[in-house]
Amino acid sequence: MDPIKSLIQNLADQYGRQRENLLPIMQGVIERENFLSEYSMVEIAREMDIPASEVYGTATFYSFLETKPTGKYTIRVCKTITCAMKGKSQVLFAIQDMLKIKLGETTPDNRFTLLETNCLGWCHKAPAMMINNEVYTELTPEKVREILSDYMKQNGSI
Amino acid sequence: MANSYQLKRVDFIFRNENDWEKVLSTTIKKKPQELINELISSELKGRGGAGFPTGLKWKLTSEAKAEKKYVICNADEGEPGTFKDREILSKVPYKVLTAMAVCGYVTGAKEGFIYLRGEYKFLEEELNKEIAEFEYYCKEINLDFKIKVFMGSGAYICGEETALMESLEGKRGEPRNKPPFPTQAGFNGSPTVINNVETLVHTFTIFKYGAKKFYDLGVQYSRGTKLFSVSGDTPKPGIYELELGMSLQDFVYEFGDGDTKAVQVGGASGFLVPRKKFKDAAIGFKGKLTGISLPTGGSMMLFNSSRSMFNVLDNYLEFFREECCGQCTPCRVGCQQLLLGIKAVKRGDKPASYLDKLLRLTETMQLTAKCGLGQSVANSFSSIVENFREEMIY
Repeated sequence: MDPIKSLIQNLADQYGRQRENLLPIMQGVIERENFLSEYSMVEIAREMDIPASEVYGTATFYSFLETKPTGKYTIRVCKTITCAMKGKSQVLFAIQDMLKIKLGETTPDNRFTLLETNCLGWCHKAPAMMINNEVYTELTPEKVREILSDYMKQNGSI
Repeated sequence: MANSYQLKRVDFIFRNENDWEKVLSTTIKKKPQELINELISSELKGRGGAGFPTGLKWKLTSEAKAEKKYVICNADEGEPGTFKDREILSKVPYKVLTAMAVCGYVTGAKEGFIYLRGEYKFLEEELNKEIAEFEYYCKEINLDFKIKVFMGSGAYICGEETALMESLEGKRGEPRNKPPFPTQAGFNGSPTVINNVETLVHTFTIFKYGAKKFYDLGVQYSRGTKLFSVSGDTPKPGIYELELGMSLQDFVYEFGDGDTKAVQVGGASGFLVPRKKFKDAAIGFKGKLTGISLPTGGSMMLFNSSRSMFNVLDNYLEFFREECCGQCTPCRVGCQQLLLGIKAVKRGDKPASYLDKLLRLTETMQLTAKCGLGQSVANSFSSIVENFREEMIY
């Protein structure tokens, strides 16, 4: 059976097929696939017996439920006021410079996606960013270059 | 300037209490009515920002007739400038769990949820371990109560209680019409108590030390302590537990960098207070405090004179525009127009008097928006535009 279908079936078995399990199932798909494709949304709808439009409507409401392809690592830089005051722009420049992509883009090797996000809740240690679920705080351009090169090394790209 | 006043620091919330088992087992030996009375006499109000009396909320849910009831801990902390709930959940989670179980006992709920914002996913694993240990103990004392962590997925509006419940039901996080209130029809239509993380911890303090201890702190109409998340232009950013009712002047003496020009109390949805009003402003719930009383979920952002208030407002409005759920027109269109409007004035495409039109728009939003998000945009907008009008224009 195709892997997405069986992934969704497994998730539905694990969480249940009631409407209230839709979010955990979508989160589970993203954990594996990095985003919700149209195909997987239709499959989720079929598996849970709800309209596909409802799945799509719910998915697109939440900013962490990506419906466009993203890389293995999604970098979310906080852009809310304190982070903006404490040098978020310089951090963002450093990332763009290093990965050679602009905000909203994914590296050609499908490894990194760069996004901005609203308040991450680390205002006392601004600026902050998340790489997948990992949080990094009190960033500087130097620090961010170190963090990213660690990620790159892990994948053998340098 | 010398300052004789000392901010009253308190240490209840992060005090490490190793006896939560004892607190839980002795508390649930009392009658539910007794516990509700204790909460009511402590005058504890919700610490998420809205300030609804907690005792009354529990009482209404306990009186509601239904087969199933729920307790929800609102850990969808998304207000710019707040980060206290994360600290509570990572340092003293067992207090939150104990309070939820007591709430379940009082109201008759057998199930509880912690709705954790997606940004705090890293807390999930540790929290689940705590819950497993906690439920084991509950079984030992024959208390039937289960807690589940539910992960949010990045939506500020889901901190609004009814939007949170929609999200918990697997839907778009759009606020519901009220009434019915969650105490009557909450999660899956059942009576539900929904409390902020900090509120639950305060109930732990009250059940352990008694209502009087809590009531004696703070001032009239604003009893007890509050966690403040301090950020911005301050040499001491961080989380502090302070008594309610202090003046903003004292707060700035303690946390300012000597050049504080304004403080945003209550995050992007709160009020901006300029330097000349520090003395008259007291931090606590609306009541008969002298001067201005500022309710807050705990966010305190300080700005010094190097900051442009236009940029601050611009940042807030962009936040609201993106986080608005889009369901009701006043909020959806209003947030967009306010953002376009202040940019147009700044560029010189619109005259300065256009700001007055925008102020009237915020009044409309305050009156007609469906939920707290749309209504509260007016707070930061009008307090920034009125106090720093020249910075909006030049």
